[in-house]
Amino acid sequence: MTVLLWGVLPYLAFLSLVAGLVWRHRYDRFGWTTRSSQVYESRLLNIASPVFHYGILFVLAGHLIGLFVPESWTSALGVSERAYHLFSLIGGTAAGVLTVAGIAALVYRRRTNAPVFKATTANDKVMYVFLLAAIVLGMAAKLAHSSGTGYDYRTTIAPWSRSLFRLGPDPALMTGVPVLYQVHAVAGMVLIALVPYTRLVHMFSAPVQYLVRPYVVYRSRDPRHLGPGPDRRGWERAGL
Amino acid sequence: MRPMAQVAMVMNLDKCIGCHTCSVTCKQAWTNRRGMEYVWFNNVETRPGQGYPRRYEDQDTWRGGWELNRRGALKLKAGGRLKKLAGIFSNPRLPEIKDYYEPWTYDYKNLTDAPLGGDYPVARPVSQLDGKPMKIAWSSNWDDNLGGAPAHGGLDPMVERTRRQVSDKVRFAFEESFMFYLPRICEHCLNPSCVASCPSGAMYKRSEDGIVLVDQDRCRGWRMCVTGCPYKKVYFNHRTGKAEKCTFCYPRIEAGQPTVCSETCVGRLRYLGVLLYDADKVAAAAATPDEKDLYEAQLGVFLDPADPAVRRAAEAAGIPYDWLEAARRSPVHALVSTYRVALPLHPEYRTLPMVWYIPPLSPVVDALTETGHDGEDAGNLFGAIDTLRIPLEYLAELFAAGDTGPVRASLERLAAMRAHMRALTLGETPDPGVPAAVGMAPEAIEDMYRLLALAKYEERYVIPTAAVGDAHELEASALPDTCAVDGDGPFGQDSGRRRLPLVPVENFHRLRRRQTADDEEEV
Repeated sequence: MTVLLWGVLPYLAFLSLVAGLVWRHRYDRFGWTTRSSQVYESRLLNIASPVFHYGILFVLAGHLIGLFVPESWTSALGVSERAYHLFSLIGGTAAGVLTVAGIAALVYRRRTNAPVFKATTANDKVMYVFLLAAIVLGMAAKLAHSSGTGYDYRTTIAPWSRSLFRLGPDPALMTGVPVLYQVHAVAGMVLIALVPYTRLVHMFSAPVQYLVRPYVVYRSRDPRHLGPGPDRRGWERAGL
Repeated sequence: MRPMAQVAMVMNLDKCIGCHTCSVTCKQAWTNRRGMEYVWFNNVETRPGQGYPRRYEDQDTWRGGWELNRRGALKLKAGGRLKKLAGIFSNPRLPEIKDYYEPWTYDYKNLTDAPLGGDYPVARPVSQLDGKPMKIAWSSNWDDNLGGAPAHGGLDPMVERTRRQVSDKVRFAFEESFMFYLPRICEHCLNPSCVASCPSGAMYKRSEDGIVLVDQDRCRGWRMCVTGCPYKKVYFNHRTGKAEKCTFCYPRIEAGQPTVCSETCVGRLRYLGVLLYDADKVAAAAATPDEKDLYEAQLGVFLDPADPAVRRAAEAAGIPYDWLEAARRSPVHALVSTYRVALPLHPEYRTLPMVWYIPPLSPVVDALTETGHDGEDAGNLFGAIDTLRIPLEYLAELFAAGDTGPVRASLERLAAMRAHMRALTLGETPDPGVPAAVGMAPEAIEDMYRLLALAKYEERYVIPTAAVGDAHELEASALPDTCAVDGDGPFGQDSGRRRLPLVPVENFHRLRRRQTADDEEEV
């Protein structure tokens, strides 16, 4: 079970993420969108959506720092465990509160605004369950272990996550981890696996190229779309 | 000089009877789908009126188009690149569907399925957004024919601006009111702010014909284009989550056919033709300091297709010969640059729009006739345009950034045309002073009359086909670049194919020999 959860599941999630993204890019670029519901309701969204998105970006940054900056680096800089814990607790809680407040308002909006609710698909609902679960469990794990120097995930979870990227997973590191953290990690991995198949895929289309491209885009007509071209693969006409 | 070609449109507002046939046929062709219920790529507004979406011209609210920054450079009114990306998680300037109108259908089923009772069954309106019964409160042409104008007409942003300058010029009391229809489609601008607003780079202007399109596979639904367009002619499909807009019926244009709205126009008021313009001058023209000079600046961007230097440069730029010929015969070029009767809609947005309008003279003529004067007498008309000035300031707000000069000049030409042609028709000797007063030769006036009044189909629509222009490239692309006998089959890679390739004249015999020869030696 330990190996399955902490040695196999992470790779399955990653595989699902990559394969799903490739599949989506190849076969469903038309469906690759934020599917915004702002045209139905914009007042609440204008507040809640930036709050949630900026919150989750801070949360992401916090996870990257927490998991991929080894304890030895911060202690070499002279940061004590207590100081690090306070930094992580205050910063993480602030980001978490933003995120939770944002998503709570967004879910409330989605449920109470009739056109928005009608535009919510089953796919969206499943996605919301895992997204909410991951966020709430993470917040709970953090706050439940906040007394004193808190739970020092940097000796267990962080080395484990780094071991994944070194292709030498060390599931044993995760055995003593508090249950809340474990459940949060599993929910997070499932969420990562789900990203390409839900609207969350829009996170991979952050339009940074907008900063450097010319304002007005010119494009030539695709010559293949003029006159009769060869049939696309798989679309050849039957007979003859 | 970097010549480019654009298929552009002119609408003669005097002829618009507000029948909405263009809107309906466009809707049937393009937006009769779920998610697009509220969308009209083509809509007809009664002016004065709030328009669709309501008060879209109020750019202090919607922040569409361009403005000049302190250094005099162009800048998107809704904010630059960094501001757009920082605010990408919501778009505070996005119109909601209710700013257009809430789309609805009727509960027709109730007419047949209602239980037997004392009341006559009715089909109640049902919202297409949430499926619940709703109260219809607005639609795309709610203020059609000045409906509700005494109450709502004052909310027209252009009425507000006109009234600020000349108080009580626009009145809505029945006997003092005036109105005309304004059909609107996407302007396919030379300097499109929607394209500039798109973070994904999904929107583009086609370099061959200037049509502005949305790549549905690259659109990610950030909705910045909806805000960026000052005409609010990019729409959000709330089902697919992608932007959609008027396509200028490009599949028809490519085949040399007019757009659906033009083809079905009952009043025959639309003109389609090629305009040549200098792409190098676009940015400078759009950044003209005084917005009242934007009309002249845009005229300066257009190239004269009869000028040999222009033709040489266009040929060098790869514009096909039949496109140059079409540009020379273009009714749009004639109305815009030669006769100068067509004006751009809201040049002050600095997008350099490419759907132009001939302002309506009819309200002036009508008002004149009602006062007992001869409504088509040149002297009366010239005077009336200035002194009656019913809609002049208002028209100027729409077509010339508030400058009455170009609007008056255009209306005077139309008035001169009426007077001159009436004299001809009645067998009188036309007064040569009438054309001279507007700086036109009598022959030019008669040509303009032919184009505007007779408006023959093939003179209204001069559209070169994409295929003819590209035919040679098409032929070439259908044939392999390499030596024909290299490759797969026994007689080269073409052998054994089901469909014969298109054959250029140059190597027709060579190809035929190759296909009929008995052995490779003969080839």
